[in-house]
Amino acid sequence: MKKIAVFGLIVFQIIALGFVDGNQATTSPDKAEESLQAFQKMLTVIKHNRCMNCHPSDDHPRQGDDAHLHLFNVQRGKDNQGLPTMRCNTCHQKENNPYSNVPGAPHWQLPAKSMGWQGLSDAQIGEVLLNKSKNGGRSLSDLLHHMTKDPLVLWAWNPGKNREKPPLSQQEFAKAVKTWIDNGAVVPK
Amino acid sequence: MKIEFTLNGTPQSVDVPENMPLLWVVRDVLNLKGTKFGCGKAMCGACTLHIDGDAVRSCSYSAQYAQGKNITTIEGLAPEGSLHPVQQAWIDEVVPQCGYCQPGFMMAVANLLDKIPNPSDEDIDDNITNLCRCGTYYRMRKAIHRAAALKNNL
Repeated sequence: MKKIAVFGLIVFQIIALGFVDGNQATTSPDKAEESLQAFQKMLTVIKHNRCMNCHPSDDHPRQGDDAHLHLFNVQRGKDNQGLPTMRCNTCHQKENNPYSNVPGAPHWQLPAKSMGWQGLSDAQIGEVLLNKSKNGGRSLSDLLHHMTKDPLVLWAWNPGKNREKPPLSQQEFAKAVKTWIDNGAVVPK
Repeated sequence: MKIEFTLNGTPQSVDVPENMPLLWVVRDVLNLKGTKFGCGKAMCGACTLHIDGDAVRSCSYSAQYAQGKNITTIEGLAPEGSLHPVQQAWIDEVVPQCGYCQPGFMMAVANLLDKIPNPSDEDIDDNITNLCRCGTYYRMRKAIHRAAALKNNL
């Protein structure tokens, strides 16, 4: 009976705080709050145009610090790698090009449309991140790897000249992602 | 850096800085002048050539990535003494004005027809994004449709 009461109290506190939990009811309120705070830090990077430009909710990538539509009517294409003669790798190679200043990183392409973030609320971004039917089937450990190890993501901190970097350092961001996941992957409700 | 690749069917070996744009390798090292420098920012498409079957803007392609690749320039688009259907259609429709950007356009269009044999106007608009300061787009559109017909009747 006592256990049920404690469990009920925890559930009540989670609901009262207004967030949902990637690990559901296994997270204590303190950890949940720590996770949520880490997620808020992550959002400052996720919502930065260096990341958001390539997570469109439509079929058109953006570019630049002002997130303008990618020039030349560049489009997603069936495989998220561009149209038949306008493939992403038509211009984007494995690293930034020092002559043309065209940015580059391994496997330069758009994520699937289901991973679009543009126009979403914080809660919706969290839901897209955690929902395997939308996030490319990624587990939390897959998300940790993608956000902290994937060279295409890491490019955001090496964007080439005249491109703003995200507000957190890569190390700060990686720490926030780990804290978020380790404490339950809680996202705003 | 020593880089080996096939250019227009012929093996080539060059020793150039790894980040030298492939455009400079083709034009200044191998002396094939058909591929043009336009903007130098991969925006205009004058430098388009084919690498392993894809249209690539060579001003933004570091030479190091050409290692082992099969590269085709406008000079190798058709066997010597013959014309590719795109080149024939370009003549038939009298497309060029100043002509500077046209090799890049023809390379992009040849690649388009390899992938979409009968492109619609929408396919053309979506896939052919090169720039022509003379504004020959209207004649090019006609030439692209003509080239598709020529190629399909070969």
